[in-house]
Amino acid sequence: MRNFNWLKYKMIYFVISGSLIVMGIFSLYKWGISLGVDFVGGSLIEYDLKTSISSDVLKETVEKEGIDIVSVQNIGKENYLFKFSEITNEQREKISVSLSQLTGETVNEARFEKVGPSLGAELIRKTIYALIVSASAILLWVAISFKSFKFGVSAILAMFHDSFILIGSFSLFGHFFSADVDFLFITALLTTLSFSVHDTIVVFDRIREINRKHGGEFSEVCNRALSETMKRSINNSITIILMLSSLIVLGGSSIFWFAIALLVGTVLGTYSSPFVAVPLLVAWNNLRKK
Amino acid sequence: MHINLSRRLLLIGIVFFAALFVSMPAEVKLGAAVLKRPNVDIQIGNFSLQRKFDLKMGLDLIGGSHLVFEVDDSSFSESEKTKVMDGLKSVIEKRVNLFGVSEPNVQTSVFEGKDRIIVELPGVKDTKEAIALVGKTAQLIFVEVKSEEIEGKQVEVLSVTDLTGADLKSADVGFDQVSGKPIVLLDFRPEGGKKFAELTKRNIGKALPIILDGEVVSAPVVQAEIVGGSAQITGDFTLEEAKNLVIQLNAGALPASISLVSERSIGASLGQEAVKAGVKAGAVGVMLVFVFMIIFYGKMGLVADLGLIVFGAVTLALYKLIPVVLTLPGIAGFLLSVGMAVDSNILTFERFREEKEKGVNLIWALETSFERAWDAIKDANIATLVTAFILANPFDWPILHTSGPVRGFAITLALGIGVSLFSGIFVSRNLLRLLIRRENK
Repeated sequence: MRNFNWLKYKMIYFVISGSLIVMGIFSLYKWGISLGVDFVGGSLIEYDLKTSISSDVLKETVEKEGIDIVSVQNIGKENYLFKFSEITNEQREKISVSLSQLTGETVNEARFEKVGPSLGAELIRKTIYALIVSASAILLWVAISFKSFKFGVSAILAMFHDSFILIGSFSLFGHFFSADVDFLFITALLTTLSFSVHDTIVVFDRIREINRKHGGEFSEVCNRALSETMKRSINNSITIILMLSSLIVLGGSSIFWFAIALLVGTVLGTYSSPFVAVPLLVAWNNLRKK
Repeated sequence: MHINLSRRLLLIGIVFFAALFVSMPAEVKLGAAVLKRPNVDIQIGNFSLQRKFDLKMGLDLIGGSHLVFEVDDSSFSESEKTKVMDGLKSVIEKRVNLFGVSEPNVQTSVFEGKDRIIVELPGVKDTKEAIALVGKTAQLIFVEVKSEEIEGKQVEVLSVTDLTGADLKSADVGFDQVSGKPIVLLDFRPEGGKKFAELTKRNIGKALPIILDGEVVSAPVVQAEIVGGSAQITGDFTLEEAKNLVIQLNAGALPASISLVSERSIGASLGQEAVKAGVKAGAVGVMLVFVFMIIFYGKMGLVADLGLIVFGAVTLALYKLIPVVLTLPGIAGFLLSVGMAVDSNILTFERFREEKEKGVNLIWALETSFERAWDAIKDANIATLVTAFILANPFDWPILHTSGPVRGFAITLALGIGVSLFSGIFVSRNLLRLLIRRENK
């Protein structure tokens, strides 16, 4: 990978990122995002039914009791997730009884969540504030340590690029695989932010060093920095991908989508440093010259 | 530049074994032998250190209930509100302690001007009972039945007396000697005993209803003046109800009524399954990373793996010592920091290869690669620490998260980065120095 001309294909990277972003916008516009009870409020009960039954039958059973139910979903083994917009304790008991009759087993309530709608708004708002504050802090830090605003802005743009595509991909997963966006997703999003910036700074650091030592044409310097850091970027993300793949395959249902989100975030974070942040930096630099 | 390598290696060894000691489970089975870790119990003057070194796990891992109550304190003035909230907190704490929950957590919080109480009950199975226990105001009052003339008719009205739950010294569960049913025994303070004696004297032959939260639980007919300062409630209680009532009476009434706005209960089995699956997945993942590092970096990879083991032991020990409550998001923070710890190694190793290709002396190449890589590692980790700091929100800025999952994530992330600097730089570097000196001889 010695001194490969990475930046020659700048347009390709922009097209890839552009289409991922457009796909995200399309999916968000068409299907929106499937928010979990953490955000919109409502109730969910996870039952361990000890047998396999079709979700439709389960839904009918609950509806027969005259209880409004949003959905029933099999989430691994014999565990089923029931979602309600609102449920009382009497209704909860009724469901337990009728499910026991249906399965002929004692039904075990593995998880129960009931969230008032106001809590979700708080979580979203505080997360947005946290994003704004940390993005500004990182922008400042990068701008100071690289003595250039350009570096800071490019790093932040790459970070938002990753977050947005991650959100977009969960809009798709939500539509096709009924993955919900819950507080674990928020954590994965924040992890992606940190990882993305971390990775970008490593590449920027090399640009700074080569610039200081050898100088020369800025895009040449960037090319060399990319060549020199590419292997490290790939190897580093492989170690994280190995870890996360193991979590996805073996980690059980409660962290499955969380691990998927982290994996998507890691791949994006690795991709965006050389192929979004650096091309942006170079493009901005060229623009100034003209 | 002279470096006392053996002293540094000794330091690494001491830190590693101390951390290993703390982070190991309390009992380890080695074939037939069982290794037990003694608990630390140090007493020097006024300073005492008692630690069991248990890993504290959050509700999502061990199961339990997370309850959020909204407080109806709109009738109080601003200055009274703090008092009300403190009172609520202490009464609820007393109740859950009496209920027998181990390590409950009761917190107050404010959201959009509304006061809230957050109650976390680890390991509680029957949440309905717990909610009823926590949420009841438990306002106990004794009333007299008086005859009054209203619009020419004789009407019986209830008149509130000055004898309330505040006059109680203690309450207890007993059993009715005739029916064998559970009853609640009340023991008054001296002042309350006097009030009760007067009250019974005034009402011989009449009913003396006992009202809890606006409902008549019992209306015994007074046979004679009771001077002993004790009374009993023979409501139609089940044993559980009687027990809970006793807890509520002993803890005192809530100074304001509260209502449940959010509940999150996780069965212990689900949490345990999550932990088991997570541990297995984590172990496999770590093995894969170990193998990867050895395949790509040979002996240096092995050193990096050793560094990672030190990282794991020290981080786990810190979780236990601080202590950090481990939750699923917390584990994410830990994994991310593992990734960053490996990254510091990969950064330096790649750098080392480059330097080596220049054909310089190996020791020289090693030292330069660590020094050069340090710039990148420092800047990248400071950026991550800044994020972790904002998310952890140590100064409780109200616009950011003051509790919950995001904070847990940030704390483990920040700790992990701190430890990774030690393991990825100090440990790996000195181990590599040892390796290279040996080879150069």
